[in-house]
Amino acid sequence: MHPVDITEKNNYQRSFYVEGGNFTYAGIVSTSIKSILKKMDLPVDLVRKSAIVSYESEINIVSYAKKGVIKLTIDSRTIQIEAIDEGPGIPDIELAMQAGYSTANQRIREMGFGAGMGLSNIKRYADVFDLTSEVGKGTYLKMIINRI
Amino acid sequence: MKLREVKEILDAEVIIGDDKLDMEVKTAFGADLMSDVLAFAKAGGLLLTGLTNEQVIRTADILDIAAIIMVRGKRPTAESMALARDLDIPILTTKYILFETAGRLYTKGIVGCLDKVDAPSGHN
Repeated sequence: MHPVDITEKNNYQRSFYVEGGNFTYAGIVSTSIKSILKKMDLPVDLVRKSAIVSYESEINIVSYAKKGVIKLTIDSRTIQIEAIDEGPGIPDIELAMQAGYSTANQRIREMGFGAGMGLSNIKRYADVFDLTSEVGKGTYLKMIINRI
Repeated sequence: MKLREVKEILDAEVIIGDDKLDMEVKTAFGADLMSDVLAFAKAGGLLLTGLTNEQVIRTADILDIAAIIMVRGKRPTAESMALARDLDIPILTTKYILFETAGRLYTKGIVGCLDKVDAPSGHN
């Protein structure tokens, strides 16, 4: 990972590739994002919230999509994390948002996920949560953590 | 209490983190569902779980969990061990079941990282 300069904490952007179906590396992007935010000396609770929403969305990409990208954008007011994937999409977003609703397979459940809590967890920690999806194409999830 | 005391109370084996036994811990959270761990567990606490895969280690890292206690005699997979070593997260294993593990720690002063959740969290 390239070194992070603390002066970048008000102007930073980076994209991370996420491979669908590869559970061995699921979470590696979120570990990197957390470490970047920590090195920028951002407040602990913001680092924690960002890492949690990033991790849940990374798990979703690995679990359901062919591939995806997680984009981290930091400015003086917000930490923005976008999870953009190419995959089956979500036919009914309202249903997918319901706590406890899941289409996860056994593999995902064995990892300790797939209980239908991911999206509600993300909504709980993100100050802005915007989910759009097109069936057969993919899903776009924007999460913003306010710095002020 | 120190992690060393946790080890003694649980008659646990230290798999990773022999050098971290002087770390202080006060709270714990126990679950096998990582999404619930992500929703409720707090930094600096113990994570009691029966899962052993890499996602447990990732989850602990994301949350700054002090140490993972694998219950019911579970042991980390080789991949989990390598990752925990990388990320510097202690793993202990105890033969006690989750209920006994929690009870034994609680009577010695470790408390839950929260007592109740504020709202129903799904599965309803």
